[in-house]
Amino acid sequence: MSVDGSTNIERHETLGVPFADDPIFSVRDCNVYYGDTHAIKDVSLDIARGEVISLIGPSGCGKSTFLRCLNRMNDTIDSARVSGEIRLDGEDIYAKKVDPVLLRARVGMVFQKPNPFPKSIYENVAYGPRIHGLSRSRAELDDIVFSSLDRAGLYNEVKDRMDDPGTALSGGQQQRLCIARTIAVNPEVILMDEPCSALDPIATATIEDLMEELTEHFSIAIVTHSMQQAARVSQRTAYFHLGKLVEVGNTNKVFTNPLHRLTEDYVTGRIG
Amino acid sequence: MSEFKRQKLRSPAENRALVEASLRSRYRRERRFQGYGMASVLASVAFVLFFFVTIVSQGHSAFFQTYVKLDIAFDPAIIDPDGGRDPEALSSANYKKLVKQSLQNLFPDVSGRKETRVLTGMVSSGAVYTLREMVMDDPAIVGSTQAIWFPADDEVDMFFKGRMDVTGPEKKRRFKDDQIGFADALQAQGRIETRFNKIFFTAGDSRDPEMAGIRAAATGSIFMLLVTVLIAFPLGVAAAIYLEEFAPKNRWVDIIEVNINNLAAVPSIIYGLLGLAVFINFFGLPRSASFVGGLVLALMTMPTVIIASRSAIMAVPPSIREAALGLGASRVQTVTDHVLPLALPGMLTGAILGLARALGETAPLLMIGMVAFIVDVPQTPMDPSSALPVQIYLWADSPERAFVERTSAAIMVLLAFLLVMNAVAVWLRSRFERRW
Repeated sequence: MSVDGSTNIERHETLGVPFADDPIFSVRDCNVYYGDTHAIKDVSLDIARGEVISLIGPSGCGKSTFLRCLNRMNDTIDSARVSGEIRLDGEDIYAKKVDPVLLRARVGMVFQKPNPFPKSIYENVAYGPRIHGLSRSRAELDDIVFSSLDRAGLYNEVKDRMDDPGTALSGGQQQRLCIARTIAVNPEVILMDEPCSALDPIATATIEDLMEELTEHFSIAIVTHSMQQAARVSQRTAYFHLGKLVEVGNTNKVFTNPLHRLTEDYVTGRIG
Repeated sequence: MSEFKRQKLRSPAENRALVEASLRSRYRRERRFQGYGMASVLASVAFVLFFFVTIVSQGHSAFFQTYVKLDIAFDPAIIDPDGGRDPEALSSANYKKLVKQSLQNLFPDVSGRKETRVLTGMVSSGAVYTLREMVMDDPAIVGSTQAIWFPADDEVDMFFKGRMDVTGPEKKRRFKDDQIGFADALQAQGRIETRFNKIFFTAGDSRDPEMAGIRAAATGSIFMLLVTVLIAFPLGVAAAIYLEEFAPKNRWVDIIEVNINNLAAVPSIIYGLLGLAVFINFFGLPRSASFVGGLVLALMTMPTVIIASRSAIMAVPPSIREAALGLGASRVQTVTDHVLPLALPGMLTGAILGLARALGETAPLLMIGMVAFIVDVPQTPMDPSSALPVQIYLWADSPERAFVERTSAAIMVLLAFLLVMNAVAVWLRSRFERRW
């Protein structure tokens, strides 16, 4: 239960502006259960085209679970059950005919812990385009790999050691390699699950700068524990609490003038 | 909570003294604990050493064999009285007489049936086969006289190796005085030589120790291992992948898992009975064939392979799977591109350890008739064959003194096989192990 006993979260209603005019993702009444645990409760939220939206909230509030619904990564958990409607570009991604493989080519994901494949730097980035048949020739594959590394701001650091193992890079470089790997597939949306929580401040700053450039081409949903990060990188912020979406709004507004008591408690550091 | 006395904090000096006092007994306990471990290691090493020293000291002499040089006159009157050089006549000629004559020429004083028999017994009874082979290969040698080295009889061999007891009264000895006399006389003439025992590696089993070899058994073992690895590894790995990566988590799968784990502990002779009932009686496969042996050992090894492969797959970090799935790899691609390469070293190690166990297995082979006396080296896995551990078992049961060293030598060969397999396992693991 919330700290000040405010039970108004039970009468659930998301405050602020959860909906957008031209959404790439539109989620309506999403519920997720892990076995008997009700992890996400009636969440409705739009992600606009070309925006960065931050999902914040205390641990266990369901923000990562929500993120993993968007590319159906929850499918890999046997006990997970998802209900409600999630549309990507108007198409219900949980419909029977939707292939999660295709969905994940359109919705890329960057994980909390950098997880490069135990292969060379080149192979790490080339893997996605290769399995999806995105290149017709070796030269084209090279171009995809190098420009993806360049977009991820890693090319200059690794151009002379493409055959080195990806796992030999530093933590921040590994995470940028994972981002390069994701954008090499040219997804429409990139989901980032606390991408900087394992990195030092300098590597974090590099990745935050990178995100700004990435919004030119991609929509980004980022889960973060750092409110400063949310404030720096995102246009909109969604606050989750105990599986419910409490408030959504312009980042500035959420942090300076929150509508909900819980949001205020969180952003001012009283809970979380 | 019940009442308690609120304790005053001790002074630092007092506290330190208490900790120091406890330290002494703590370190004593730790030293004792390490001592137990060291003693266990020493005991194991001592047992292994004892085993190796015994086997090697018993068996090393089997790699050498005493040879006797005889001047054989290929007398046409004996070999081919008709003079037609008919292969059939050549093959059934009385070669024993050639050996006998040559020995009698060396010892003209010897007369009487019994003495002559002892004299001819100095040379292996396999000598006649050597002679026949020579004549069949090249009939032109009939009429010539050639100096030929023959394997000595096993008792003579044992005598020269010093493994024959020649003290005490003659009556109680196996090796009699006249045999000693002949042996010494042959040696004095320079007709005795110790050579590398090629027969041991090129021949099949024989009733005569000096003509017996491990080739048939080793070939059978190799065939069996091939069959086993070709069946157990792919099936085991496929089953492990399915169970780990694709199978739904329900009661049936749980039951299957429990049963696989139980199968790994089933006594091997049960698998032999199963093989007898299923492969031989039901499917009508030949008895004593190494193919059937391989099938049985494959059944026996499969649970081990499955268990090892599953733990290897489980050890692959889930983050790798997530990375692949998140990129849009299908589940099969995730497995084949990322999980398998990482799990392969562990799978191989498990499989080779299972195979090593299968290589030393005797009991199930007895049930499917691989305990037979096999002289001919099997050419295909369908031929009747023996296996190394079975050969060891058979020789260990033989009364001849010379089979004792051959038993130990066969054990050494089996150990060499195992060492090679373990070396291959280590090599494969380092070859496939990701260096990062």
